[in-house]
Amino acid sequence: MISIKNLHASIGDKEILRGINLEVKAGEVHAIMGPNGSGKSTLSSVLAGREDYDVTEGEVIFNGKNLLDLSTEDRAREGLFLAFQYPIEIPGVSNINFLRTALNEIRAYHGQEEMAAKDFLALVKEKSKLVELDAKLASRSVNEGFSGGEKKRNEIFQMAMLNPKLAILDETDSGLDIDALRIVATGVNKLKSKDNATIVITHYQRLLDYIVPDFVHILYKGRIVKSGGKELALEMEAKGYDEIKKEFEIAD
Amino acid sequence: MANEILEEHINKDYEWGFTTDIDADEAPKGLNEDIIKFISAKKNEPEWMLEFRLKAFRNWQNMVEPEWAHVSYTKPNFQDIIYYSAPKPKKELASLDEVDPELLKTFEKLGISLEEQKRLSGVQSNIAVDVVFDSVSVKTTFKETLAEKGIIFCSFSEAVQDHPELVRKYMGMAVPPTDNFYAALNSAVFTDGSFCYIPKGVRSPMELSTYFRINASGTGQFERTLIIADEDAYVSYLEGCTAPQRDENQLHAAVVEIITHKNAEVKYSTVQNWYPGDKDGKGGIFNFVTKRGICLEDNSKISWTQVETGSAVTWKYPSVILKGNNSVGEFYSVAVTNNYQQADTGTKMIHIGKNTRSTIISKGISAGFSSNSYRGLVQIKKGASNARNFSQCDSLLMGDKCGAHTFPYIEIKDKSGVVEHEATTSKIGEDQLFYCKQRGIDNEKAIGLIVNGYCKEVLNKLPMEFAVEAQKLLAISLEGSVG
Repeated sequence: MISIKNLHASIGDKEILRGINLEVKAGEVHAIMGPNGSGKSTLSSVLAGREDYDVTEGEVIFNGKNLLDLSTEDRAREGLFLAFQYPIEIPGVSNINFLRTALNEIRAYHGQEEMAAKDFLALVKEKSKLVELDAKLASRSVNEGFSGGEKKRNEIFQMAMLNPKLAILDETDSGLDIDALRIVATGVNKLKSKDNATIVITHYQRLLDYIVPDFVHILYKGRIVKSGGKELALEMEAKGYDEIKKEFEIAD
Repeated sequence: MANEILEEHINKDYEWGFTTDIDADEAPKGLNEDIIKFISAKKNEPEWMLEFRLKAFRNWQNMVEPEWAHVSYTKPNFQDIIYYSAPKPKKELASLDEVDPELLKTFEKLGISLEEQKRLSGVQSNIAVDVVFDSVSVKTTFKETLAEKGIIFCSFSEAVQDHPELVRKYMGMAVPPTDNFYAALNSAVFTDGSFCYIPKGVRSPMELSTYFRINASGTGQFERTLIIADEDAYVSYLEGCTAPQRDENQLHAAVVEIITHKNAEVKYSTVQNWYPGDKDGKGGIFNFVTKRGICLEDNSKISWTQVETGSAVTWKYPSVILKGNNSVGEFYSVAVTNNYQQADTGTKMIHIGKNTRSTIISKGISAGFSSNSYRGLVQIKKGASNARNFSQCDSLLMGDKCGAHTFPYIEIKDKSGVVEHEATTSKIGEDQLFYCKQRGIDNEKAIGLIVNGYCKEVLNKLPMEFAVEAQKLLAISLEGSVG
């Protein structure tokens, strides 16, 4: 699905990612954990194509294509989806209109015709149930006036609508109470298939009780310093990141 | 649908910049009483009309060009303008077959197919169009259909000939010839325009529309529109305009007057797309226009909706005088400036009657090196008890070289008046664009989405066909302004 090799990225002259190697196959769920400032969100931003970062070295192959050569929108059209840590508000643009535009852009990219309005609305109905999203939210402006929980649910709703190959959930658990967390996680689990993959970026182990990862990676100072199964997450939760910090201290 | 429209128009420049090679009948350059007499004679006008013009001209000579607007430009040389230009032949046209084929081609290019209009004349909910080319109205469609309802819709010149009593009674009522510098100039030299009268109790069965086109070089366009809605009447009126791409600045100084009687309503929508000049600010139309409506009697309503994307310099304040009790005035505006365009636009709501209400929604969008100002006056006169106004003025900035300004004036002379004013300024964020792109929507489409979302409250007020055109225009006007 995605193969990241020796990825280096900086913002200004500060290097944040210092050689990331990661291989994610279809059907897998990977969790990336790490202390604040380890580069978790930078990794998701770089993969999605945010222009604030310069990739200085490395290669990312996504579905046989060189991801770093693709524009942000083409990455999305190829099936890469980022659930934002802080979803953005777009006043005056209804969620429905936004998603319909997005969906049809993706379809056009793949040489498919626009989805008929009737089918689209049926899809909205079906997918909004998945995250127990109030039908009213679908017709409201994108994220405007949504509560924190509603915003996160809306991200997963969009993910369900766009049906990506690879979804990156960037701290989707932050700011969620336990009920919202359960709803979001249930949604993600239902969307899981043998043809898609998920990267869950999180600070806490809590989310991983609900979205059970096949692999857990510990990111520290721009490198993956430790990988393992789901038990690694529990270990981190119990011991904290201090041990990792001691073990992998890198001089800046 | 919005996206198809945007897609279709990506990478287009000013599309209406062509000129039409038509033999024109012109007055010599310059302005004096002889020119005014020439115009009046050309139009075979009655004595009172010439008097009106000359009086306005004498006033104008003592007036100074206003300088308070937040715009800067080289003032036009009023002696270097041709004040009368008519496409030949200018004899009475009995049918479309007599219209110069070049002219018909022009209108087809503009998307107004008169042939089509004619063919569809039996169909409901069509639009009747009066077309003003340079100084002269060339064709009014659907005249007969409207006449059955007693609606008068014709060129201003015809109205002067055929309905002098109406013209004399109402012309200058909302915009007196001494009102301001440009209104005075227009009153002296106007050459044509549209006239519309909706009789008592009649709702116009179709939308009425005027299409203005400046073609000839060196000319100015000075048209007048007069709309009267008698008791219980209703009409929705549309105005569109374009001009060729020229290096010179051309002057457009129009006057639009609306008068509503008891329980009457007029909804006036404009999509203004005069040539804005090139990317370096060369050329373009100076659009100095006076638009004002007067709710003469109780329970009447006047609503202005404008989408302003064109002109090099815009100076325009469609206003409503709320004289009748319980009358309602509305102003919905989207003004877009890009490159070196300058716009100073807004409204005046003058509350005189009791329980009068007004709403102002203004959305400014500035991009490039442009300057975009909202200027508004809300005045509640003594005795206008329980008058209410709500104003919302939003500015959206694209890039960091443009400017947005808001100049709201509020004068309240009656204690029971309630005035609310809200204003916001925002920037199209990189975050919003990134969010859209991450969902597969490219830059241009994302801007289209965001801008149309921002303007939605105003675009919703436009009649359907116009809203579609307005969305297209917004997309074209803002092309390449971000990212």
